[in-house]
Amino acid sequence: MSGEIKHEWPLFEVFVRAKRGLNHVHVGSLRAADHEMALHHARDLYTRRNEGVSIWVVRSDDVVASGPDEKDAFFAPSGDKVYRHPTYYAIPDSVPHI
Amino acid sequence: MSDQLVGATGERVFTATIEKDQRIEPRDWMPDAYRKTMIRQIAQHAHSEIIGMQPEGAWITRAPSLRRKAILLAKVQDEAGHGLYLYSAAETLGADRGDLTRRLIEGRQKYSSIFNYPTLTFADVGVIGWLVDGAAICNQVPLCRSSYGPYARAMIRICKEESFHQRQGYELLMTMMRGTEGQREMVQDAVNRWWWPSLMMFGPPDTESPNTAQSMAWKIKRHTNDELRQRFVDMSVPQAEALGVTLPDPDLRWNGVREHYDFGEIDWSELKRVISGDGPMNAERIAHRRRADEEGAWVRDAAAAHAAKKRRDGGAVDAPEDVRGPAAETMAEKRHGGVAHSAGGERHGGAVFSAGEEREGA
Repeated sequence: MSGEIKHEWPLFEVFVRAKRGLNHVHVGSLRAADHEMALHHARDLYTRRNEGVSIWVVRSDDVVASGPDEKDAFFAPSGDKVYRHPTYYAIPDSVPHI
Repeated sequence: MSDQLVGATGERVFTATIEKDQRIEPRDWMPDAYRKTMIRQIAQHAHSEIIGMQPEGAWITRAPSLRRKAILLAKVQDEAGHGLYLYSAAETLGADRGDLTRRLIEGRQKYSSIFNYPTLTFADVGVIGWLVDGAAICNQVPLCRSSYGPYARAMIRICKEESFHQRQGYELLMTMMRGTEGQREMVQDAVNRWWWPSLMMFGPPDTESPNTAQSMAWKIKRHTNDELRQRFVDMSVPQAEALGVTLPDPDLRWNGVREHYDFGEIDWSELKRVISGDGPMNAERIAHRRRADEEGAWVRDAAAAHAAKKRRDGGAVDAPEDVRGPAAETMAEKRHGGVAHSAGGERHGGAVFSAGEEREGA
C-alpha cells in the first residue's frame, strides 16, 4: 500500500425533507471534506429516487444528544402530568364539538 | 456507580430490549461480543456491496444498448450506495470506515464468496440480478427486523432498491430468451455457472454454523442459513420454469411431504476454497479495490486541503443561520467557510469512497 488511509474527512449527519409540508428526517451519515461536498454526497447517496426536496447536513460533532442512561431523569417528569392531555378532562357527551 | 454495576444494569436493559423485540440503538449499553459481531457482520456486508460493483461494472462499457447501460449504471451506483449506508451503520458502533477498508484490502475481513466468480457474458448480468440479488433479498428481508437499529434501517433502504435489481435482471433474461438460439444458450450457460454459487451465498449448513445460535438469540439473525436457502430454492424453481431454463441439479424435485423442493448436495469444499481466498477472482477483486483506494487518495487529500484552505480564509457564511432560515434549500449554491473544527476524534475515519471513486468503480 502506498500509505496510511488519511483521517481528515469528518462525519456528517444527513436530514431529508421528503416533500413540502413534512419535517426533515434523519436518514444516515456520510463522510465529506466540507459542508458543500457533504450536500452533494447526500444528494447522490440518499435521494437517488426522488426521496427528497431538501437536505440538511450537520457535522456529527455538533450534534448534542441525550443519553440513554439519563432516560428517567430526563423524560420521567413528563410522565406524571396527565392533566396535559385532553382526555384528562371529563366533559358530558351532550356537549358538541369539544 | 461502579463499572460493574453499570454493566449489570446495562445487561438487564439490553436483554429486556431484545426480548421486547425493540431495537438496540448506538448509545445503548451492549455486550462487547454483540458489538463485535455486529461490526463484523455489517462490515462484511458493506464490503460485499463494494466488491459487488466489480463483476457487473465490468459490463457497463459493453452493454448492448443505451437502455441497458443506463440501467446497469444505476444498479452499480446503488451497490455503492448500499455499501455506504452500511459503513455508516458500522461507524455508529465505533468502527472506523478507513480502518474497515484497510482490513478488506489486507484480507483481514471477508466479503460474500459470490463476487469471486467471473462475469463471462452479458447474460451473467441478468443472472446476477435474478439469482444473486434474489438470494440477497432472501437474506436481507429478515434483516430489516434485525435487533441493531442502524443496521435494520439501512437494510430497509437496501431492500427497497434490491427489488429493482432483481426485476431488471429477470427482464434482461426474458429478453434474451426471446432472442436467438445463441442467446438462449448464453442464458442457460450463465444459469449453470451461477446456480450453485448462489446457494452457497447463504453460508455453511446449520450444523456447521457455530455463530447462528448466538445471533438468533440476539435477534441479529431471524432465520438459519438452511431455512433461507430452502426459501430461495422454492422461489427460484417456478421462476426458472417461467423463464424456460433448467437449474443444473438432477436431484431437484418437489417433495410433497415436506412441501418444499429437495435439492442436491452442495459442494462445501468449493465454498471453503473460495472463502479462504482461492476462488477464480479473489486476487483480482482485492487488487482492483486496492488500486481504486490508492488512485483515489490524491482526490481525498486535495478535497481535504481545499476544505482546510477555505476554513483558513474564513469563508463568511454561517451554517446554522442557513439551516434556520429560508436559504437552507440553496445552501449548495453558497460558498461555505464553516467553522474550523478539529478533524481528530474517535469517530473520524477517512472517507474512503470519494464521488470520483464511485464513478470509477461504476
